[in-house]
Amino acid sequence: MKVALFIPCYIDQFYPQVGIATLQLLEKLGCEVSFPLEQTCCGQPMANSGFASLSKGCDINFVKNFSGLDYIVAPSGSCVLHVKEHLKDEAHPEEAQKIRNNIYEFSEFLTDVLKVERINASFPYKVGIHNSCHGQRGLGLSSMTERMLPEFSKPEQLLAMVKGLQLSKPKRNDECCGFGGTFCVFEEAISVKMGKDRIAEHDENDVDYITGGDTSCLMHLEGILKRQGSKVKTIHIAEILNSSL
Amino acid sequence: MSAREKILNAIASNQPELTALPLMDKNVLIRYEDVYAQFKTVLESIGGKVKLIPSLTELKEQLIADKASGNFVVNAIADLGKLDNQVASFTALDLEKVEKAYIKGTAGVAENGAVWIYESQMLNRLLPFICQHLIIVIDIAAIVATMHQAYENIDVAKEGFGAFIAGPSKTADIEQSLVIGAHGARSATIYVVG
Amino acid sequence: MKTTHAALAEKFIADEPRTNWHDETLWFVREKRDKAAHGLPEWEQLREWGSQIKNHTLSNLSNYLKEFEEKAVANGIKVHWAADGDEHNKIIHDIIRKHNIQKIVKSKSMLTEECHLNEYLQEHGIEVVDTDLGERIVQFRKEPPSHIVLPAIHLKKEDVSATFHEHLGTEKGNNDPQYLTEAARQHLRDKFVQSQLAITGVNFAVAETGGFVVCTNEGNADMGAHTAPVHIACMGFEKIIPKAEHLSVFLRLLARSATGQPITTYSSHFHKPRPNQEMHIVIVDNGRSRQLGREDFRNSLKCIRCAACFNTCPVYRRSGGHSYHTAVAGPIGSILNPNLDMKANADLPFASTLCGSCTNVCPVKINIHEQLWKWRQIIVAEGYVAASKKMGMMGMDFLLSRPTVYRFAGKMGRWLMRILPFVTNNKLNVWYKQREMPEPPKESFRDWYLKNGKTNKK
Repeated sequence: MKVALFIPCYIDQFYPQVGIATLQLLEKLGCEVSFPLEQTCCGQPMANSGFASLSKGCDINFVKNFSGLDYIVAPSGSCVLHVKEHLKDEAHPEEAQKIRNNIYEFSEFLTDVLKVERINASFPYKVGIHNSCHGQRGLGLSSMTERMLPEFSKPEQLLAMVKGLQLSKPKRNDECCGFGGTFCVFEEAISVKMGKDRIAEHDENDVDYITGGDTSCLMHLEGILKRQGSKVKTIHIAEILNSSL
Repeated sequence: MSAREKILNAIASNQPELTALPLMDKNVLIRYEDVYAQFKTVLESIGGKVKLIPSLTELKEQLIADKASGNFVVNAIADLGKLDNQVASFTALDLEKVEKAYIKGTAGVAENGAVWIYESQMLNRLLPFICQHLIIVIDIAAIVATMHQAYENIDVAKEGFGAFIAGPSKTADIEQSLVIGAHGARSATIYVVG
Repeated sequence: MKTTHAALAEKFIADEPRTNWHDETLWFVREKRDKAAHGLPEWEQLREWGSQIKNHTLSNLSNYLKEFEEKAVANGIKVHWAADGDEHNKIIHDIIRKHNIQKIVKSKSMLTEECHLNEYLQEHGIEVVDTDLGERIVQFRKEPPSHIVLPAIHLKKEDVSATFHEHLGTEKGNNDPQYLTEAARQHLRDKFVQSQLAITGVNFAVAETGGFVVCTNEGNADMGAHTAPVHIACMGFEKIIPKAEHLSVFLRLLARSATGQPITTYSSHFHKPRPNQEMHIVIVDNGRSRQLGREDFRNSLKCIRCAACFNTCPVYRRSGGHSYHTAVAGPIGSILNPNLDMKANADLPFASTLCGSCTNVCPVKINIHEQLWKWRQIIVAEGYVAASKKMGMMGMDFLLSRPTVYRFAGKMGRWLMRILPFVTNNKLNVWYKQREMPEPPKESFRDWYLKNGKTNKK
């Protein structure tokens, strides 16, 4: 299966290991992975700040890089959701629409398209899961406590395949971490408070790691953890699924 | 142009294209094996008291005893005894002293413990709200599962006023601590006859 | 410009234990809502019905309002129309003057808060007594409600005790909610029995019957309305529903969504005045018809004011209602208020992480978080954001839409951060105030890929 990788800008720049794990795991699972080299950003930082009008350049560049592909996979629920909901290219509307249909968040690609039932991974740690809002509510990667629908979780389904991993959930399993894009600086006080409250619930479970499908949430949590001098680390779910510790 | 015309014109020009009302399939609604048991459980969970009685005999005696106690007790149920029709013209100042009121309800709702009461059953609109203690009597056959069936069984516009009452008056406005007896009745006891 | 949500929130959060308490108290309400909703297998279906009934109503609103008026008038109710808050206040003032009314009780009506009725009447020397316990508390304290269902949720019992000691002469230091509620009961019973005018809100107005429904737990709306010789019910025109049978859907949704109760204690259906009573309804627009014309935002008018979106909102829970500086706070307020005054409320659509929980709990399926996103676009287009923010965004666009610029800046940025951490780790960097910066890696993913990626490079 041919898969094109979309590595969001902040992963490319600050968390290359997440991109590497994603690439390696997809290859292990038999995919033929390409990485369009001129890609940058999905435009979400501008659009969520009210400047969708300024994200046209990003959109056009995105369409240029990802046109005509059957599967586009990205290790970020938030960026995938943005592309699915907002990608536009007036010159190539059909291409843009096709990309919107063909882009997948990493864990849903594994569970729904590759239908992975086994993963040869081990990670002998206590891991707390953080559901990113855009992955969970936006893409429906797991059930939500607000809705009265059957329970499921695609990321948990995958983490359950990892040897030695002890998974725990925080008390409020789908509360936002407070990152929120530029919210994290424009509403700094609440953003940090929300992050601290998430961390406190994971601390109650005595976790070694907090994992999730969105590096942006994890970056925010990591920033607070480090400032607290905490031993708890953050790690993207792709890194866990790709590890053989 | 009057405000009325201005508003209605603005609405007419701004409202979206007509969409249909949903067809509500009542088969999806929750069902209870025992509507009385559900009614009792819910009402007790919201501070009400529920008693199942085989006939009105016990209540008739209780009403007599209540009246004999010297408290201001109002009977609005013909089957229990003489109606206190005079309260229809009482002011709030008079009714403020009512210790207990006996009122008949038309329909009970199992899902939420509410009882529908018509104005005519209250004698005075204020009575079920201003009395310190409220007694409501309903027939067991009048209990339905949900609000959908309840509205089928009543006509909200038949009289000038009517209300669903579910248990005693309450508030949690101070630190979310539940306190029974805010402005209305301090207790609500529902006698179910059947 | 008024103080913004961000600044007010920072002030609120400065007292962290109190913030935690506020958050946990409201989360508890949210959990009660979940439990109540889970008790009904048809919950999601009910939401869908509620949503469709409201959609239909908005699409036929002018006819339903006319039908309602006709029926209400036939029932003996006087119907008034107010284009804005000022007209609403004047209509009420006129009725007060006509009857030479001195004693007024009011049960909860967010519309009268929106129109600033109390302040208006006060300026004309008329005092209104708010009778909902929470509203009475905040009224004594000269504060606005911080929540549309739980007006005094920002206060602790010690605060209430001190307020009641001052205004009602309760025992100093007696913080028992039972005791304090009893004091308010006695105080307000006095006000009820003497009242000459009762003002209430309207939860639902039924076009088919010309009647309206008012829901309370305390019984305060009924205590006033059935006592006073004049009753004025105030409603935004979106309170209309087509038929009485639709009340079943909304009454099932309302209290469960609001507080997790199966229904409010009192759901009172008013159709005709009592003998010798005057009953008025004031139907208010105040920007609603404008909102109706905004395709992206009109369905905010479906709101039934349950406040489930407040209780679930992680931002609201940690910033308190006053940080929204408007009568209706919370997520729903943040999509309603820009319509009323875009400039003054330009900050509100940004007071959200767009987590989407509000949309999920909404009993009438308003896409609140999507509307927040859309308001951001409009507020930016209308020029209501700081120029510095716009410059930053333009710079970001320049960088992110040009692959070579992006890669160059990335290299520079990472390089700079690695050798000169103080360039970004300073007080001007808001991120750094309470968070560490991510550690810059030696190379970007792309750099790594060019060196190590497999043969299938594009």
